[in-house]
Amino acid sequence: MNPDLRRERAAATFDPELITYLLDCGPEKTRRRREIENMILNDPDFQHEDYNFLTRSERYEVAVKKSAIMVKKMREFGIADPDEIMWFKNFVHRGRPEPLDLHLGMFLPTLLHQATAEQQERFFMPAWNLEITGTYAQTEMGHGTHLRGLETTATYDPKTQEFIMNSPTVTSIKWWPGGLGKTSNHAVVLAQLITQGKCYGLHAFIVPIREMGTHRPFPGITVGDIGPKFGYEEMDNGYLKMDNYRIPRENMLMKYAQVKPDGTYVKPVSNKLTYGTMVFVRSYLVGEAARSLSKACTIAIRYSAVRRQSEIKPGEPEPQVLDFQTQQYKLFPILATAYAFQFVGSYMKETYYRINESIGQGDLSELPELHALTAGLKAFTTWTANTGIEECRLACGGHGYSHCSGIPNIYVTFTPACTFEGENTVMMLQTARFLMKSYDQVRSGKLVCGLVSYLNDLPSQRIQPQQVAVWPTKMDINSPDSLTEIYKLRAARLIDVAAKNLQTEVSHRKSREEAWNLTSVDLVRASEAHCHYVVVKLFADKLLKIQEKSIQIVLRNLFFLYSLYGISQKAGDFLQGNIVTESQITQANQRVLELLTVIRPNAVALVDAFDFKDETLGSVLGRYDGNVYENLFEWAKKSPLNKTEVHESYYKHLKPLQSKL
Amino acid sequence: MGGRAHRVSLGDAWSRRVHPDLESERRGRALDVERLTHLLDGGARNTALRREVESLFQDDPAFSLINNYFMTPNERYEAAIRKRVLLHRMAQRLGWPKDGLQHHYAFRAISGDVTFNVHDIATKAIRSLGSEEQIAKWAPLSETYRIIVTFAQTELGHGTYLQGLETEATYDAATQEFVIHSPTMTATKWWPGDLGRSATHALVMAQLVCSGARQGIHGFMVPIRSLRDHSLLPGIAAGNIGPNMDLENADNGFLRLDHVRVPRENMLNRFAQVLPDGTYIRFGIAQNNYLSMVVARVDILVNGVLPALQKACVIATRYSVIRRQSRLRPSDPETKILDYQTQQQKLFLPLAMSYAFHFQLASLREFFQNSYVNILNKDISLLPELHALTTGTKAMMSDFCTHGAELCRRACGGHGYSKLSALPSLVTQLMASCTYEGENTVLYLQLARFLVKNYQRAQQVAGPTLQKSLPQSVAYLATPHLTKCPAQRTADFLSPELYTMAWAHMATRLIEDSVRHLQTLRQSGADQHEAWDQTGIILLQAAKAHCYYLTVKSFKEALEKLDNEPAIQPALKRLCDLFALHGILTDSGNFLYDGFLSGPQVDMVRTAYLDLLLLIRKDAILLTDAFDFTDQCLNSALGCYDGNVYERLFHWAQMSPNNKSQNPAYEKYIGPLIQSRGSKL
Repeated sequence: MNPDLRRERAAATFDPELITYLLDCGPEKTRRRREIENMILNDPDFQHEDYNFLTRSERYEVAVKKSAIMVKKMREFGIADPDEIMWFKNFVHRGRPEPLDLHLGMFLPTLLHQATAEQQERFFMPAWNLEITGTYAQTEMGHGTHLRGLETTATYDPKTQEFIMNSPTVTSIKWWPGGLGKTSNHAVVLAQLITQGKCYGLHAFIVPIREMGTHRPFPGITVGDIGPKFGYEEMDNGYLKMDNYRIPRENMLMKYAQVKPDGTYVKPVSNKLTYGTMVFVRSYLVGEAARSLSKACTIAIRYSAVRRQSEIKPGEPEPQVLDFQTQQYKLFPILATAYAFQFVGSYMKETYYRINESIGQGDLSELPELHALTAGLKAFTTWTANTGIEECRLACGGHGYSHCSGIPNIYVTFTPACTFEGENTVMMLQTARFLMKSYDQVRSGKLVCGLVSYLNDLPSQRIQPQQVAVWPTKMDINSPDSLTEIYKLRAARLIDVAAKNLQTEVSHRKSREEAWNLTSVDLVRASEAHCHYVVVKLFADKLLKIQEKSIQIVLRNLFFLYSLYGISQKAGDFLQGNIVTESQITQANQRVLELLTVIRPNAVALVDAFDFKDETLGSVLGRYDGNVYENLFEWAKKSPLNKTEVHESYYKHLKPLQSKL
Repeated sequence: MGGRAHRVSLGDAWSRRVHPDLESERRGRALDVERLTHLLDGGARNTALRREVESLFQDDPAFSLINNYFMTPNERYEAAIRKRVLLHRMAQRLGWPKDGLQHHYAFRAISGDVTFNVHDIATKAIRSLGSEEQIAKWAPLSETYRIIVTFAQTELGHGTYLQGLETEATYDAATQEFVIHSPTMTATKWWPGDLGRSATHALVMAQLVCSGARQGIHGFMVPIRSLRDHSLLPGIAAGNIGPNMDLENADNGFLRLDHVRVPRENMLNRFAQVLPDGTYIRFGIAQNNYLSMVVARVDILVNGVLPALQKACVIATRYSVIRRQSRLRPSDPETKILDYQTQQQKLFLPLAMSYAFHFQLASLREFFQNSYVNILNKDISLLPELHALTTGTKAMMSDFCTHGAELCRRACGGHGYSKLSALPSLVTQLMASCTYEGENTVLYLQLARFLVKNYQRAQQVAGPTLQKSLPQSVAYLATPHLTKCPAQRTADFLSPELYTMAWAHMATRLIEDSVRHLQTLRQSGADQHEAWDQTGIILLQAAKAHCYYLTVKSFKEALEKLDNEPAIQPALKRLCDLFALHGILTDSGNFLYDGFLSGPQVDMVRTAYLDLLLLIRKDAILLTDAFDFTDQCLNSALGCYDGNVYERLFHWAQMSPNNKSQNPAYEKYIGPLIQSRGSKL
């Protein structure tokens, strides 16, 4: 092991294993996770090639191969628990997407939840057995987050009892679904249902797209791969165009809404249920934000302990770059954020399962808030993680740009999370809508509950119309409660500002939508402040549940760094609202610097605690043993461009150039 | 409408008809696009010359960029060499003058997608570090590609901190040779472009050891590959460093030297010399050998960084008037996404930066041209300021442009993730610029050193004579400032005088804070170096504020020269306002902290800023049209002049080789998987 890393690990004040248990939710889970990882690692069927040296087509092929084996083995080993499935899949594919993602993650669950018993019989078992491989085709070339804008139509023809599927315009071509380009033979297609001359909005249809046996597209179906992307090279994101393509009536998913043979439409009982899946996917993305950021952070911090540069004092050996204040200031707040998001991620997961149970019992009361909260938190965490990953890459200097660092791959794999499953700005505005509704409710004298209950304090004298009121400026930088309170006040203030500006615009213009648009920058700001508060609060709550003293101390320091760094960065919001004073800002800034020094000795142990195997990180710079440079050289030698000493282009272009002149 | 015909250059089925949503954006506006293009080009004549050069590439399939999207790195490298050769022949055939603008315009027309860009930098380095005699020997060889030269500075274990480089050049008086050697693994040269497969020579930056002492970093011309068969010469190990995020045309390589001997004359000796007996003579200061970096930095900002941001703006803005989503009024059609305030907030900052940095670079180049000749003639009085200016501008521009282009990419939603939008490759090219030619944090801190030094000078000698003696870019440190912002109404914040002053105030205050912090630490017993490290974060802020101030100031000065241009000045002024105010809002904590701005004043800034978005909205398309990029060099399915986004996206995707061949994975894996019915699954 690299001596610098050994020294770092020996100097830590706590046992990283204990934090690993905490992050995994118990030592038993950690044990099981490692067991699964080792099982895959030792399985000759999962031998891994370095994707960096493969072409796109090769990567896709390798991924399909692995997915096929993966599905088989997961069933052999009886892996069915959602966490275990995720561990298994992530480890086999090293955190990268794979062509069966949509089949496993969307197609099967959709059948399970929305198909009738008869449809389950026809589709579910063949799909489970992979005779049918499916994808979920929602997004169109011209339409994404705004679902009502989708143009694909499914027109019912009572004569033949069929739906006629159509992509009427270029913009209506289904675009992006994973696994559609080359892999799937079926798709769940979202389309506007038209029957008896009337449009009933979006419904889901099972559409066979490729012939069993030959895998050729059916007549009337145009399907293919959408071309190269920033990342996701293993995935065949595809397009689908349908020209008067007919499917039987029974292929509409009819557990809720129905079309009778004569074309009569039967309405579903409740449409809130569809929220459930969205909430689940979004909470999953919050967890992804935490994982991706943690990986990038692990790489950057380990490498910064190995890399030496420049001199702090002349004559002395070059220091580890992790000793520079500017490097600590880049990386430690990100480390603290990664921890914060880990805790938010597990909170979201628990909440989802808890609420899912009440939904099962018919209680939908908590759904609106959860829906609003997951939208904003998804946006808040993915945006922050996106920036943080790039910061980590930059903190690795030039080598961060090489695929050997692994961070470019983490970045390009993660960044779509900012746009898919709801574009982030739209998500923030959804949360804002809920906040404004709650605000109005409080204004009209009703109380609100849950995480927005702080709005109940608004009508009291604490918020004056002109914001001249003196806020209770008792920031105690050593108290998690006090810091949480500070964030709460900021959120309350920015919500108040946005609401008032919205009212002003409403009084100036006619349309509510226009007023909303002209306030949207303020509204996004308010949502962000609310989400920031929620993250701080959940982090503070988590601290209370930690018994073990040694790790409680380090996590408290991370909490303080996270919250004080935020106050320092957003000082304008806090100062302008008179929530803190100038001297308190000075105090916060000073404390941030102290915390960097306090966290420094534990930095490597804190990333070790995330417990990523080298195989998961896929990084030469972030290796556990720290033997960076030797391995960097070995890695480069594997580049296909180094296969011959003299490259063929020399004979083709260079030699003629040099001799001719 | 000379511009329009020029820009539409793909000649595909859709370019004949401009999408009505874009057409309407261009109709009936006061802004004179053509005039603005002339301004950006530095005169109507330049515009004409540029278009003439660009049109040479228009219909030439050899220079088409579309296929880039479907090539392997190896194919891209080969195509880039081929294009370089064709380009070279074209220049010869047409008799372009050696330093003519034609080369610059040709580079732009083909988006710089050629090899030997580092070869060009190395050639310039020979001119700035070599003696007249050496220039006469090497420059003609490299300018005609009889030799290909890489610039080998960065090492596996050492980057921006040049003194840390380990490669050694030890003088052997017995044979009058230098022995060039990589003593450790970390001394391996790593990253230089054109090195992996192309270069025949390397300009190696190495520690000079002579007369038993280390004399610092100097440049040495080292042959590395045979001119006969291109094989590596004895003692040389070299190759490609493996895949990066982008720069597939760059051929980044590694180089290890095992006691390679080169004659004494191969040390570039404009600023220092080793006599046959090993005596070392220096002309000027050690920093002279960094002059080549100054040249390279200006070069990449002009040819690489700024155009990449501008292209990203063009693409994202055009797409945003074609893409529609939701409705603002229930009776209306779906709204253009550029009409959403949040989209305007995302896109207009990069747009404002595109112009702000254009003017900033123009003033930097002016300073560069005035000082460079003097420095070559060993008058180094302006070198520190030239260094500070390029350092700061490089750091800020690469930083902001990367961030801006990524904002543009994400503002295009899912399609921004497709390479066919061109945005991913613009972003990844820019990302590289944040660390090459100097890592940005280190550069900011170098600038901070210059600022602290001059601040202290300003403190020592007060009075009106002082202002003259300070370098011009920091003269504001000696000017008295208001401690409170005098603005009383929102409109007051639209005064360039006022916000330039605000930024000068902020920069001065942060430099002051840094100096005070340094002193406090020193008084409490920290040594100079520790104190410097422990002040890093404030120093960084100070350097950034200084850069922001310089950018706002040069934008303001450019506007003053346009007072007689009513057809372009107002639109540009709004961008200047937006840029300056955006910075104040982002940093409002700092402006509130010392009471320079009050809470109500920050609210006024916010109001002014949001109002500007609506005004800029009207001119947005024209402001991006004015950059006058051809469709060919944009190479974006989303960003063409005619706005036929979806048709082109669909068509380009179908060109993907994945759609032409049968799916090999089906035969091998999917087929068996599907047909394994009845098996254990």
